[in-house]
Amino acid sequence: MPPNDSAMIAPAFELSAQTTYNDRPKPAKRLSWMDAFFKNLTRFFAFFVFSILAAILVSLVIHSQLTLSKFGIGFLFDSEWDPVTQEFGALVPIYGTLVSSAIAMIIGIPVSFGIALFLTELSPTWLKRPLGTAIEMLAAIPSIIYGMWGLFVFAPLFAEYVQPALIKSFGALPIFGMLFKGPAMGIGMLTAGIILAIMVIPFITAVMRDVFELVPPLLKESAYGLGATTWEVVRRVVLPYTKIGVVGGIMLGLGRALGETMAVTFVIGNAHRLSASLLAPGNSIASALANEFTEAVGDIHSSALIELGLILFLITTVVLALSKLLLLQLAKQEGRQA
Amino acid sequence: MVNVAMLCISGAAMAFGLFWLAWILFTLLKEGFNALGPTLFTMTTPPPGSNGGLINAIVGSLMMATMATLIGTPIGILAGTYLAEFGRRGWLAPATRFINDILLSAPSIVIGLFIYSVYVAQVKHFSGWGGTLALALIVIPVVVRTTDDMLKLVPDSLREAAVALGAPTWKMIVFVSYRAARAGIITGILLAVARISGETAPLLFTALNNQFWSFDMNNAMANLPVVIFQFAMSPYDDWHRLAWGGAILITFGVLGLNILARVMFRRKI
Repeated sequence: MPPNDSAMIAPAFELSAQTTYNDRPKPAKRLSWMDAFFKNLTRFFAFFVFSILAAILVSLVIHSQLTLSKFGIGFLFDSEWDPVTQEFGALVPIYGTLVSSAIAMIIGIPVSFGIALFLTELSPTWLKRPLGTAIEMLAAIPSIIYGMWGLFVFAPLFAEYVQPALIKSFGALPIFGMLFKGPAMGIGMLTAGIILAIMVIPFITAVMRDVFELVPPLLKESAYGLGATTWEVVRRVVLPYTKIGVVGGIMLGLGRALGETMAVTFVIGNAHRLSASLLAPGNSIASALANEFTEAVGDIHSSALIELGLILFLITTVVLALSKLLLLQLAKQEGRQA
Repeated sequence: MVNVAMLCISGAAMAFGLFWLAWILFTLLKEGFNALGPTLFTMTTPPPGSNGGLINAIVGSLMMATMATLIGTPIGILAGTYLAEFGRRGWLAPATRFINDILLSAPSIVIGLFIYSVYVAQVKHFSGWGGTLALALIVIPVVVRTTDDMLKLVPDSLREAAVALGAPTWKMIVFVSYRAARAGIITGILLAVARISGETAPLLFTALNNQFWSFDMNNAMANLPVVIFQFAMSPYDDWHRLAWGGAILITFGVLGLNILARVMFRRKI
């Protein structure tokens, strides 16, 4: 070591030896109130977000007090909805919400699965990004556009070509035929379900893609090495491995479908009538709210509509919470194996 | 054999998805271009049977979306900061993350109903502020989620380096973590703006609509989505034409924002 180097070090060493613990510069301590302030500020807003859900629930319960106490649990099973006699029951909109979402799931799940499979296993790499983005764009189109397009473009064509064929081929069957009876009007439960299906496809696809990518390449390659075809790999390796995540994705799509408002309002027909036929107009919770709320006459009518909103919120919250729990479970399982 | 059939079905599903996208965009272009014209941006919404445009609705939408973003973004970023930076221990962060994910997909009409009951029903009139609050409630979960995700991507070594230099925690977060995650956070804000630009349901009970020029956020306010809804549901042809004009504006605005967000995100991170 050259001598001048040690000379440079020596005074520094002396200085540090002389300074006592208390003389140390303490910028961190001087500003610690800022730290506490910042931390508590962020904690406050985190708590704010945390409490939104409960706040929505409480406010809906308070504002639907009138009908909650008047009709009780019977509200759920009454198909009457008459603002004139002040008789309200939620059966028709609940039925409509569930049926239209069920149709959306029946169409949406296989299609989303096919798209996710295509994007993860089949698509050439250079096509993955543009095709993936295109499918995600389906989620970006505002729901009111789906509604307008459904009402003005899809429904007339559907009534002219598809519905008569459905009525002709299935309408005569016993029991099952009940679903396809009545005039071909274009609007109705089935149309709403189909449009909902298009709207939930990007959401389910996105989750399925994500979970399919989680499958360790080693597992897939071993299966391919044993001579499995692409489909066999998907069926025997990918699906069993990602089962929980796939169900989580489906639940997420279902949550979206149940609460979708504008698109459904345009095409479901808004008729407060219970009908077995999928071609008949019906009503969903969200579209009843959208149509009637601003024109509600009297407190009971508003209260009944708010209670509908409460029911919708409870159903979607439970479905979405389930979806989230399943996806968390998959993530945990993934963490354990890693 | 089964393999080939299944793969064909998968390809068909892909085509099915793209088919709807193409059809909807094609319809919008066809119907919307007829409606596009200078009057769309110079005249207010007309009574049926006369000429008009959508300028009051466009301005109303812009004002409410801007205010909602200004209110929702800081709340979202701060809450997201807590989740990613402080909430590594304790119950609040995981619980908030869980609830935030539910809010992210909660039906927007219920958000409208909530703001109606806590704000609009209390002040007893529809107002632009009500609409703004409802939209802000939709902005928050989107921003929380992206802020949280993006801050979690910032490597801990950066944080440790800042702290080792003597930076207090808040400086470390503001000058190191935020800066590193900037592109991602801005992407989140753009996505939130895109999301609220097309939202109709929460505005129905809050901002309602207004046929005339109004800059008064304390009054019912015209906005594009609700105007489109009312005009499209009406029996008048010239109202339908305007609705298509509004539809093409909104859709391409929202798609543009989405693509911009993607491009930004890819460039910076």
